[in-house]
Amino acid sequence: MISILRSMWLTFLHVFHKTETVEYPEVKPYLPPRYRGRIILTRDAEKKERCVACYLCAAACPVDCISLQATEDEQGRRYPEFFRINFSRCIFCGFCEEACPTYAIQLIPDFEMAEYDRQNMVYEKKHLLISGEGKYTGYNFYKIAGVEIGVKGKGEGENEEKPVDIKELLP
Amino acid sequence: MSLEVRMVKITIDGKYYEVKPEKNLLESCLSIGIDIPHFCFHPALGSVGACRLCAVKKFRDIDDTKGRIVMSCMEPVTEGLIVSVDDPEAKAFRASVIESLMTNHPHDCPVCDEGGECHLQDMTVMTGHNYRRFDFPKRTYNNQELGPFISHEMNRCIQCYRCVRFYRDYAGGKDLNVYASRNHVYFGRHEDGPLENEYSGNLVEVCPTGVFTDKTLKRHFTRKWDLSNAPSVCVHCSVGCNTIASERYDSLRRIMSRYNGAVNRYFICDRGRFGYEFVNDEKRIETAQISPGKNKKPEPIENEQLLSSLHQLFSRNKKIIGIGSPRASLESNFALMSLVGKESFYHGISKKEYLLTKTVSDFLQNSGVHTPSLKQIEKADAILVLGEDLINTAPMIALALRQAARNEPDKEAKGKGIPLWNDASVRELAQDSRCPIFIATPFNDSLDEISKNIFHASSAEIANLGYAIALELDKKVPGVKTWGKDIQKLAGIIALSLKNAKNPLIISGVSSGVEGIIHSALNISMALLSVGSNVMLSLVLPECNSMGLSFLPGKSFEEAVLAAEDKEIDTLVVLENDLYRRASEESVNELFDRSNHVVVLDHLINKTTQKADILLPAATFAESEGTIVNNEGRAQRFYKAIYSKNQVKESWRWIENFLKISDENNSVSWNRLDDVVDSLVNELPLFSKLKKYMPDADFRMLNSKIPRQTMRYSGRTAMNANITVSEPKLSQDLDSPLSFSMEGQQENPPSSLVPFYWTPGWNSVQAMYNYLDEPDASMKGGDPGVRLIEPSGGSKNIYFNQAKGITEVQKDEWLIVPVYKIFGSDELSSVSSSILQRIQEPFVLMNQKDADMITLNDGDYVQLEILKISLRVKVKIENSFVTGLTGLSVNLPGMPFIDIPGFGKFHKL
Repeated sequence: MISILRSMWLTFLHVFHKTETVEYPEVKPYLPPRYRGRIILTRDAEKKERCVACYLCAAACPVDCISLQATEDEQGRRYPEFFRINFSRCIFCGFCEEACPTYAIQLIPDFEMAEYDRQNMVYEKKHLLISGEGKYTGYNFYKIAGVEIGVKGKGEGENEEKPVDIKELLP
Repeated sequence: MSLEVRMVKITIDGKYYEVKPEKNLLESCLSIGIDIPHFCFHPALGSVGACRLCAVKKFRDIDDTKGRIVMSCMEPVTEGLIVSVDDPEAKAFRASVIESLMTNHPHDCPVCDEGGECHLQDMTVMTGHNYRRFDFPKRTYNNQELGPFISHEMNRCIQCYRCVRFYRDYAGGKDLNVYASRNHVYFGRHEDGPLENEYSGNLVEVCPTGVFTDKTLKRHFTRKWDLSNAPSVCVHCSVGCNTIASERYDSLRRIMSRYNGAVNRYFICDRGRFGYEFVNDEKRIETAQISPGKNKKPEPIENEQLLSSLHQLFSRNKKIIGIGSPRASLESNFALMSLVGKESFYHGISKKEYLLTKTVSDFLQNSGVHTPSLKQIEKADAILVLGEDLINTAPMIALALRQAARNEPDKEAKGKGIPLWNDASVRELAQDSRCPIFIATPFNDSLDEISKNIFHASSAEIANLGYAIALELDKKVPGVKTWGKDIQKLAGIIALSLKNAKNPLIISGVSSGVEGIIHSALNISMALLSVGSNVMLSLVLPECNSMGLSFLPGKSFEEAVLAAEDKEIDTLVVLENDLYRRASEESVNELFDRSNHVVVLDHLINKTTQKADILLPAATFAESEGTIVNNEGRAQRFYKAIYSKNQVKESWRWIENFLKISDENNSVSWNRLDDVVDSLVNELPLFSKLKKYMPDADFRMLNSKIPRQTMRYSGRTAMNANITVSEPKLSQDLDSPLSFSMEGQQENPPSSLVPFYWTPGWNSVQAMYNYLDEPDASMKGGDPGVRLIEPSGGSKNIYFNQAKGITEVQKDEWLIVPVYKIFGSDELSSVSSSILQRIQEPFVLMNQKDADMITLNDGDYVQLEILKISLRVKVKIENSFVTGLTGLSVNLPGMPFIDIPGFGKFHKL
């Protein structure tokens, strides 16, 4: 008897509490920047694609929902010919973002991806690629990597010496 | 091996092991299964102790607790050896070696083609180095342009010297070397330009980092873990090297070598590695086509309509003729033979090639002379090459000869107590000493540098040399002495050398097109056999399945033309064969004109397919299972890497359709490859070993098929999602025990069914150690393939009479001999875009004196008139030709069939 009354009293007290209901979709909830939602591909500060098509995201993906094909431009810069994510399979684990060596693939706080047709959950590169740098700014893989693909010459990268002159005879 | 090898007992980390004494410690550990990190050691190249990574601790005796660090690759295994691999000091030493190697390694694994199958990555993980403490700048290098096959990225180099040791010491290349000194050491050419050696592609596998990578793979780059692989066999020459064919997104991505202890082991030639691109070529025939009338453009046709058209062609009481092909599988050729009957089956090769191949094949089956595997060729200690340009017609035999040349110095090293794996010391001791190799060819090639005596002469003279040697060895050999004193003298030297050798080897082939050369080579081997020598005879044939085809009954192409003259043909079936490469244009045209209907099955559009009334897309080696027989008589099976989705089908499947139409009793029902093999074995008992030694399609490991895909195959739920988001059912492979899946037993499948190499910790090609009994030996469970012909005791004394040599040169005429090129003379590989860049335009070779006589210079063009054919060719000076003799390139793209050796005339343009 006492417990029933106690429960009723506690319930009654809730009349004076602040309401927790969010009027979604009119009111959007706050999501922290590190929330793992929709996946995007980003560009570096020079507006060039960051993705170098290394296949690490695809390899890290536990549900195998990323597929891509690497290709190269005239200067040897590697980029994905196509980049496809099947979001109907994606579990938003963020492994792809962790695996990405160039900050190209990022998960953003957007989860509004419902579709009537499952086929529309397949995102191609044109749907994924944004024009900005996303969460991580300032990083350009090719300024550090030793390869020469038009971003910098041999030996002009960060922490690199000038190319060796192999005809030099000094000991 | 009949002799029991005495084993020695060694202690590794407190455990006792028995190992073979002639190996070094590193090799022994790897064969036991103890992983020791290493770079510069390679089983085929031996040890030089350059990289210092394979350090272990060695103890003096059981009381020694301190021990000292030694390089395991330079440590012979001796009785009672006590070592520790896990010793903390040794471990720290190895980790610090990697750390210092990594100070200059660029930060570019994501864009490096080696990533995922990189020996350096494996070794870094194995030693535990994971954090860069070195803050100073990295050394950089400029790269070189190394031609259509290989990309160069010198920044990644770790100075292990494997590349130059392979390229220069093993393969005899000249144009790759090491430059500069100290920490500036540079591996490259003296200037930009294509790597000239025929085996340059192996640098991709030999290099433990990404300095040398496959340029053709770069165009459609895929990581190793994403490739779907199948064990395959190279189809570009008669040696039959084992390869791994890899697929992604329905296209063939690359060819790598697959270990076969008896055949190619670690390496393949560039034609085999880069010739695969024809499979993806835009000239591929992918749909069945039917031509509305004679000489009209063919139109695609659906399967149902096609069947009704075929009904008219293959109904009973029609005269059907089948033309097989030495580049089609045994099963497809046999299917065609079953369709048309033995009397109407033709091999589809010129009469000359047919007769020579038949001679070779009959001799090897009946004479009792042993045909060696490539590994046995490497063990030969006196070698005679008679009229065959091995570098261009059978490149891997040429590579084996280079290794055989070392047998003499190896003996010397053994005598001095130097172990053979101690590569630098053995080479230092050897200097220029080599085992006796005699080469008799019309002109110079790069093997000349390893030979003891070179004999450049016309084919007739070479044949004479052969007869002279045979006569020298055995007086019973029929032969009339028609040769000069110099030949007699040389024959004496060679005969003596061959007689005294333990394992003499005779190499010849049909590429010269001269009966006398083959006959004399057979006579020599027969003569050696009759004096009780352990002689080996290796004969090079023109194509990948020439030997297999010769085991089937059939006739030459010319006889098909004769048969057509006799009575008009209702239906002519041409199987994977461009007849315009086999015979003169008129005779092929005549055959087509005398046939009411022409059905052609092939992979690529060519002149023959343009004559087809019905053109059917035939599967290539990459899309089908089949068996081919190499020049050794070894039957090997290739498995499909690509599941073809269009109308492309195995040729035998198409032919089975025809058979069902023509045979109303339905006596044939071939659902899968094994059914065809069953019929083949019933018909021809010679092939019965195929059933015994090749796993059939029902073979299972732990109740599952063997997966073609790696465990980390990615993109399974996305790769087809652009077409439909529901994942399709897995492609089923009825013909083989391999599946298009990543599920199943991945560890140690039977040796003939190894689709790729991977073991935990070993992602690079070095993972193959775990598939071998020990490095450089045979594969676990025996090497793949089965030899169909074994010498059956007792020689039968088959001798050939001396063939009549080609008559003397006429006035104004030149004797023209064929010159084959590794890039270009093979039909399929010359479609490949990378190889296309290395193909030369049609040329003639002649010596300077002859060129001066008709005032020609190197690089001039001449009009060549030969056998009613007129051809514009470039002149190249090659001074090793004797006067009056010229060489003409064979079968280069754009060249018609020319029946040479023959006589021709030149007009300067």
